[in-house]
Amino acid sequence: MSKRIVVNNLNVYYGKFKAVEDVDMVIEPRSVTAFIGPSGCGKSTFLRTLNRMHEVIPGARVEGDVLVDGENLYGPGVDPVEVRRLIGMVFQRPNPFPTMSIKENVLAGVTLNAKHLSSSRKDEIVEKSLSGANLWEEVKNRLELPGSGLSGGQQQRLCIARAIAMSPEVLLMDEPCSALDPISTLAIEDLIQELKETYTIVIVTHNMQQAARVSDSTAFFNIAGTGAPGKLIEMGPTEKIFSTPDNQQTEEYITGRFG
Amino acid sequence: MSTDTLPESPADVAPQPPSSLIPAKKRIGDSVFKTLSTGAGTTILVILALVAAFLLVQAIPALTTPQDQQLANGYGYFPTWIVPFAFGTVWAAAWALLLAVPVALGIALFISHYAPRRLAQGLGYLIDLLAAVPSVVFGLWGIIVLAPAMMPVYTWLNAYLGWIPLFGGQVSGTGRTLLTAAVVLAVMILPIITSLTREVFLQTPKLHEEAALALGATRWEMVKMSVLPFGRAGIVSACMLGLGRALGETMAVAMVLSGSDVITIEILTSTNTNTIAATIAQNFPEAFALKQNQLIAGGLVLFVITLAVNMIARWIVARRAQYSGAN
Amino acid sequence: MSTTVAQKSIPSLTAGKLPRGTTPGVLVASVVVTGAVTALFGGFNLAGTVVGGIVVFLVAMYAASWAVEGRRKASDRLATHLVFGAFALALIPLASVTWEAVSNGVARFDVQFFTYSMRNVVGAGGGAAHALVGTLWVTGLATLISVPIGLMTAVYLSEYGRGTLARSITFFVDVMTGIPSIVAGLFAFAVMSILVGPGTVSGLSGAIALSVLMIPVVVRSTEELLRIVPNELREASYALGVPKWRTILRVVMPTALSGIVAGVILAIARVIGETAPLMIAAGFTQSMNANPLSNAMMTMPVFVYDSYAHPGVDVLPYTERSWAGALALIAIVMILNLVGRFIAARFAPRTGR
Repeated sequence: MSKRIVVNNLNVYYGKFKAVEDVDMVIEPRSVTAFIGPSGCGKSTFLRTLNRMHEVIPGARVEGDVLVDGENLYGPGVDPVEVRRLIGMVFQRPNPFPTMSIKENVLAGVTLNAKHLSSSRKDEIVEKSLSGANLWEEVKNRLELPGSGLSGGQQQRLCIARAIAMSPEVLLMDEPCSALDPISTLAIEDLIQELKETYTIVIVTHNMQQAARVSDSTAFFNIAGTGAPGKLIEMGPTEKIFSTPDNQQTEEYITGRFG
Repeated sequence: MSTDTLPESPADVAPQPPSSLIPAKKRIGDSVFKTLSTGAGTTILVILALVAAFLLVQAIPALTTPQDQQLANGYGYFPTWIVPFAFGTVWAAAWALLLAVPVALGIALFISHYAPRRLAQGLGYLIDLLAAVPSVVFGLWGIIVLAPAMMPVYTWLNAYLGWIPLFGGQVSGTGRTLLTAAVVLAVMILPIITSLTREVFLQTPKLHEEAALALGATRWEMVKMSVLPFGRAGIVSACMLGLGRALGETMAVAMVLSGSDVITIEILTSTNTNTIAATIAQNFPEAFALKQNQLIAGGLVLFVITLAVNMIARWIVARRAQYSGAN
Repeated sequence: MSTTVAQKSIPSLTAGKLPRGTTPGVLVASVVVTGAVTALFGGFNLAGTVVGGIVVFLVAMYAASWAVEGRRKASDRLATHLVFGAFALALIPLASVTWEAVSNGVARFDVQFFTYSMRNVVGAGGGAAHALVGTLWVTGLATLISVPIGLMTAVYLSEYGRGTLARSITFFVDVMTGIPSIVAGLFAFAVMSILVGPGTVSGLSGAIALSVLMIPVVVRSTEELLRIVPNELREASYALGVPKWRTILRVVMPTALSGIVAGVILAIARVIGETAPLMIAAGFTQSMNANPLSNAMMTMPVFVYDSYAHPGVDVLPYTERSWAGALALIAIVMILNLVGRFIAARFAPRTGR
C-alpha cells in the first residue's frame, strides 16, 4: 500500500518569489516523517508540492522532481487530480463538508468522483475507514447526522477517515493537531502510530515534542531571513536530530534558542 | 490562463509513459463547465452591448431627422423637447434625496447604535419591507392617500412661506404636486439609503467608538466623532445610489404628477415639470414612428444621467476602499 | 447603577439628571398643550397637533435638559429623540400603505377577482385572472432566463475569474444594476421591434425586460455567497482527487445552496412588482392570453395601474379592482420575501464555527 517518495532538486515559487529552494529528500515507506522549522520556512508549502495541492494557490509553481516509487509526479501528462487520489491530505483545521452526514463525508471521495458502489460495499468502506481513524465506536450510531456536529478532534479524525477511504498510498498531514485540544491531539498521535503500519505518513508540525513522539525521521527547514527562500537544513532519524544533530542551526532550533 | 487554479494536464505534450498516475481520458467535465461559466459571464457583456446598440438604433431617427419634420411629426425638436424633462427628472430626484437622506441617516443610526441589540435586526427588516412594496402601489397610495393628506401642509407653506419662490404660486387643489411626488420617491429610496449606510455604520471600528467614549463623550458626541466621519464616503455613495434610483423611478411620478413641459421651480402648484421616465410611460402606449424614436432617445438620455450618477457613487466607494486598508 | 456608589464616595462624579419618566411626561404634555392651544384658536387638526406637539416636545426637552444636565447632555438627548423620530416617521408610510391596501382592497379580494378576466367587463365585476396568468408567465420566463446566466456568471467570477474579463464583467454588472427599469422596457421593445416587427409586444418581451433587471441581482447575491464558502472545503475536495468542476457542483454550490435559492426568490420579489417596463414591453389587454410568444399580455402591476388610470364612467369598481390588485401584489411580494428569508435562515448549513 505505501510507497517511497524521492524528491530531487525541488524549488517552489510564488510568482517570482522563491519560497523553497533546492530540496533533496527520501521519504521511506511505512514510516512517519516529520517536517519541523520556524514559521514561514516553507515546510507547509513543500508538503503541498508532494500531492500538487500547491497548484490551488494562484501563481505557485514548482521546478524539480518528486518520484513516487520511480514515477515523477511532475512528469508530462500527469494529472494532478489523479495524484491527489493517490496521495491524501489532512489539513490544519478540520474541514468536514457541512452539507454531508458523517457517512457521506467518509464516502465523499468515492461519490464525488462518481464511482458507483453497492451499498454493502459502501458500508464496508465506511466502517473500515472510521475504524481505521479510531472513530467508529464513537459515531457508529449516528452516521446520518451532520459531520459538523462532532467535536473538533472527532472532526479531524473524520477528515482522516475521509482521506483513507480513498485507499491512498501516502497520507500528508499539515499541522493536523494545531487546532485541537491536548486530549484530541493525543488521540490523533496514537492514530498516526497505527496508520504508519499501512501508509507512508508525512506530517508538518509546529510542536517539536510531537515530532519527537510520533516520527521516525525528521526534516528541519529554515530560512535565512525575510524574503529568503526556505531550505532543508538537515534530515535524519528523529532520535539523531533531537540528540546529536550535525548542523548548528538544527541544534539551536531544537534546544529552543530561536523559532 | 497561467493563473488557472487547476491547470489542465498537458496531455498532448509528450507521449505518455505507462503509469497508474496518468489518466487515459481528458477531463471533459472541467472544460465544459469552464466554458459554460465563462460563456455566461460573456453573455452579460453581450446583453449590455445589445442594450446600448438597440436603443441607439431606435433612437437615431430622433437625432437625425430634420428639425421641421420633428416639429411636424414628433413631440417637438428633440434637443429642446428633452430639456424640461431632464430638468424635471433631476429636480424631482433632488427633492426626494433632500427629504430622504436625513430620515435614512436617522434610521440607520437608530438600527446600528440606538435600538436595543435584540430588536435591531427585526427593525431593520421592517424598513426593508418598504423596498418590497411595488412602485405602482406607492403610486396609487401617493395619489389617493398622500396627496389629499398633504394639502393642509401645502396651504400652510404657501400662506406663510409663499414669499420664497419655491413655495409660491397658486397652490394645487388636488395635492398632485412635485412635492407629493418627491415625498413618494423619498419613501421609495429610503430603504436603499438606510441599508447601505447602516452597513457602513456597523463597520465603524469598535476601537474608535470606545476611544471616544473613554474620553467622556456622550453617545451623540461619539457618533459625531467616530461613526459619521468613518462612514462619510459610505453615506455619500449611498445617497448617490439612492439618487440614481430616484432618477429612474417611473410609476410613482407618472401617477402622482400631472406633468407638463414647462420648467418651473414652484413645488406646490398644479403646473409641474414632468420627468423623463414618466413622460415615456405616459406617452409610449400611444406613440408610433418618430414619436416612439424620440421617447426611446429620451430613455437613452435618462440612462446616461443615471449611469453618470452611479459611476460617481462607485468611484467614491473605490476611493474609500484604498484608505480603509488600515482598519 | 454605579451612580449610587459614586454619590457616597466621590460626589464630583454625580451630575444633575432629569428624573425618570420626564421624557414620556413632557411628550404627552406637549401634544396636549399644542392641541389645547390650537383648539382655543379654532384651528384644531389631529395631524397638525401631533407634529406641532413633537416640535414643542423637542424644544422643551432640550431646554429642560440644558437647565438640569448641561448643554452636552441636552444635545445628546435631542439627537436621540431625532433618531427615534426618524425611525417612527418611516413606519408611517409603511403602516399607511399596508392599511390602505388592506382596507380598500378587501372589497374586491374575492373568488371572482382571481377567476375572471376583464374581457367584456364594463363597470363592476370582472377580475385579474388574466393579469395573474401574465405575471406568472412573464416572471417565470424571466427567472428561467436570468437564473442560469446569473448563476454561471457568479460561478465564473468566484471560481475562475481573474484578469480583464472578470474585472469588466464585475464592472458591467454594476452598470446593469443601475439601469432604470423603464430603460430595460425600452430595450426589450427595441429588440422585438427590430427582430420581429415594429410595435411588437408580448409576454416574452416583458420577460426579457425583467431579465435585464434580474440578472445583476442574481449575480451579486450568488457571487457573494460562493465567496464565503470556506476555501478549506474546496481544498478538502481537491485533496480527495475530485476535479474542479465536480468540486464546484457537488461541494461549493450545495454549501451555498440555501442562500442562492433565497437570493433568487428575493430577486423574483424585486422584479415581480415592476410596472413601467411591462407597460412598454408586454403591453395592455383585457383578455386572457396564455401564449407568451404573441400579443399583449396583462400583468398584475400593469393591471393595478390600468384599472386606476383608465376607469369607466363609474369610477368606483375600477378603483376597487386597482386596490385589490395592489393588495394581491403586496401579498405576493411579502410572501416571497418571507419565504426567501426563511430559507436563508433555516437551511443554511452550519460550518461549525
